[in-house]
Amino acid sequence: MSATHPKLARRARLRFDEIEKKHMLLYPERGLVLNESAAAIVELCDGTRSEVEIVEALAAKTDTPRERVAADVRELVARLSDKGLVE
Amino acid sequence: MSAPRPYTLIAEITYRCPLHCVYCSNPTSYKDHASEMSTDDWLRVLDQAAKLGVVQTHFTGGEPLARSDLEALVERAHARGMYTNLVTSGVPFDRARLEGLAARGLDHVQVSFQGDGAESSRSFADSDAWDQKLAAARTVHDLDLALTVNVVLHRGNLDQIPGVIALAEDLGAERLELANVQFHGFAYENRGALLPTSEQLDRARDVALAAKERLRGKMDVLFVKPDHFSTYPRACMDGWARRFVQVIPDGTVVPCHAATTITSLSFERVSASRSIEDIWETSPALAAFRGDAWMPDPCRTCERKSVDFGGCRCQAFALLGDAALTDPACSLSPHHDAIARAREEPSRHFLFRGRPNR
Repeated sequence: MSATHPKLARRARLRFDEIEKKHMLLYPERGLVLNESAAAIVELCDGTRSEVEIVEALAAKTDTPRERVAADVRELVARLSDKGLVE
Repeated sequence: MSAPRPYTLIAEITYRCPLHCVYCSNPTSYKDHASEMSTDDWLRVLDQAAKLGVVQTHFTGGEPLARSDLEALVERAHARGMYTNLVTSGVPFDRARLEGLAARGLDHVQVSFQGDGAESSRSFADSDAWDQKLAAARTVHDLDLALTVNVVLHRGNLDQIPGVIALAEDLGAERLELANVQFHGFAYENRGALLPTSEQLDRARDVALAAKERLRGKMDVLFVKPDHFSTYPRACMDGWARRFVQVIPDGTVVPCHAATTITSLSFERVSASRSIEDIWETSPALAAFRGDAWMPDPCRTCERKSVDFGGCRCQAFALLGDAALTDPACSLSPHHDAIARAREEPSRHFLFRGRPNR
């Protein structure tokens, strides 16, 4: 189940880690280290964009094929909604 | 070997507690370390921990609300970019304090319950705290903070799991931690009375797993396995002094809350001249069981050594007198009978923390 306009849950916080130079997604008693493309997706999960619009925005910014971006977004949003981190 | 990065600080700021839980896993000798560091000492620990790489801080105890400077500590941890967790009994309930903590950047509150109703708090914590706990949890939810409901499971309350799940749903919890009791401290003293039957555990696990499936995406249901009924030991603390650094009330730096029970090791205290970073990187006690060079057989050649890290050092010391042996909870341990025997020694006697022996 994925939201139509994915939004990072209030309990989750995205921060840049100066030690590993990577983004981290922090939530109760846990954290995930995100790679660059995952961080770019999470940054756009602000509740104002649909999943399709997130894919458009990312595909326009990178040279990655649109289908590939779409698959990445779908997979990550599904994974994070499963954990209740994206609503 | 250079020290790994600790991501989580467990700040055990006081051993004072209004409850008397029979499953408390604080060392029964906690009073030896009960002198408390000052606010400034803790602020310094938080600053240094952030530099060391800590991104999650758990304020725990004892009951962390017993310290009136909790607000200042949460504020500092938040200012250092840490995700802040409060692990509390919810007692004494004080709405204004929870509001103040939320305003200072508190992210998440874990409230403990003893079962599915007020009688459980009386029976297992010798306390009439139930209504305060409910009020605390509801306030956390009202304040839009993340809420975890935590229940330590044992023979006396395992059959209450359906009611516990309903309670957590009713309170709007995002997480439900169903933590089978770990036998340290008072829980070890009470092991005979706390050990469940395997039938109870099987039923409870089935109910928990069904709830996990049903509530996916809404509430995270965690069922922490009981190591006395497992084939392999639990990955205690994700490895000794690896991902978690803990500071107890008097400033002693330990790898877990029970580690001072290992009297063959000497842990160091932070001070103005000895930072938590220094201790983390150079303390012989913290280095003692890092990595796998210390491992005995059967761990040494076991393919699971990077999965469970040889299990719990405190349990090896408590049951076998040697912290460097394989956790006897492991079925491959030559001393596994120490666990098997315990399963056959039920008792009805309870020692309540902070109460005279009855």
